[in-house]
Amino acid sequence: MTLRSAIPLLLFIMLAAALFTGLYLDPRLIPSALIDKPAPTLDLPPLPGKEPGFIATDLAKGSVTLVNVWASWCGPCRIEHPQLMQLAASKKIRMVGINHKDTESNALKFLADLGDPYDTIGVDKTGRVSIEWGVYGIPETFIINGQGRIVFKHVGPLTQFDVDEKLLPAIEAAK
Amino acid sequence: MMRAYVLSLAMLLLLAFSGPALAIAVDSETLPDAVQESRARVIMNGLRCLVCQNQSIEMSNAQLAVDLRQIVRGRVAAGDSDDQVRAYVVERYGDWVLMQPPFKLATLLLWLGPAGLLLLGGGAVWAGIRQRRQVIEPTALSATEQTQVEKLTRPE
Repeated sequence: MTLRSAIPLLLFIMLAAALFTGLYLDPRLIPSALIDKPAPTLDLPPLPGKEPGFIATDLAKGSVTLVNVWASWCGPCRIEHPQLMQLAASKKIRMVGINHKDTESNALKFLADLGDPYDTIGVDKTGRVSIEWGVYGIPETFIINGQGRIVFKHVGPLTQFDVDEKLLPAIEAAK
Repeated sequence: MMRAYVLSLAMLLLLAFSGPALAIAVDSETLPDAVQESRARVIMNGLRCLVCQNQSIEMSNAQLAVDLRQIVRGRVAAGDSDDQVRAYVVERYGDWVLMQPPFKLATLLLWLGPAGLLLLGGGAVWAGIRQRRQVIEPTALSATEQTQVEKLTRPE
C-alpha cells in the first residue's frame, strides 16, 4: 500500500476519532462566560430570622467565598446538601446561599429539616439576580476569590467526587 | 412509468419546501408598542434557550426562557439597540446563547470548515478525473512487432 492510497483511510480514522470523542461530551455543560469576571454586585434581602441577607460587595473583601444557588423545590439540591453541610462544618470557606424562586416558608423548612450550611442567604424571588450570575439550571455553585472575581463554576449537584476533585482544588487555588 | 417518476419527483420537491411546525410561546405581557414588540421577537428568535438547547427563547416555555423574554422586552422598551440587548445576554451566558455563532477566530473552523471540505473533496475528485483522462501516447513498434504486423497483414 502506497502512502497516497492510505490518505482516505487516515482521513477516515481522524474523522471517526473526532466523532467518537464527541459521543462522550455532555452537550448540557455550557462553558461559563463569567469565569475571571467580577461577580455581579447585587444585594439580596434575607430570609426572615437569617439576617443580614446577601451583600454582594462583601465578596471583594479578601476571603474566598462559595456562592450556591438553591431552592427547596429543587431535587438535586437535596442530593448535594450533605456535601454542603460537610463543607460548612470544615470551616474552610465562607458559604453564601442564593435562594432561587422559592417561598420563605418552604425555604426555611428545607433548612430546618436538612440543616443550614450557609453563613448568609439572599432571597432571589424573581430569579433576576440568578440571570445576572448566568444561572441556567440549579443547583449551581460558584467560587469567588478575595478580589470578588468568579474563579470556578459548577452546574448540577455537587457529589463527593466533585467536592474532592474540583471544588476543593479550586478553593485552594483561589486562596 | 414516466408519469410516476414525474409525480414522485414533484412530491419530493414539495417536501423540500415544507418546514417544521413552528411554535411560539405566548406571553401575557407583551410590549404595547408593536414596532418594539416585533424587534423584541426578532432578538428572542436569535437567543438560545439554555434549558431546552435547540429551541430559541421565543419558542420555549421553560421558566428561564420566560424570564429572559421579559428581560429582552424590558431592555428594548428601555431604548437599547438590538445589539446592546444581545450583548447583555451574551455577557452573562456566553456566545453559546446565540443561535447563530459569531464569526471570530475560535469559530473559524466552524464557519469555513464546510466550504474548506468541499474545496478539498472537489479538488481530489478533479485531480482524479484529470488523471484518468490522460491519453496514453502510442509508442513506436519494435522491430519484431513490425515484422509480426507485416506478416499478419500481408495479403495471401
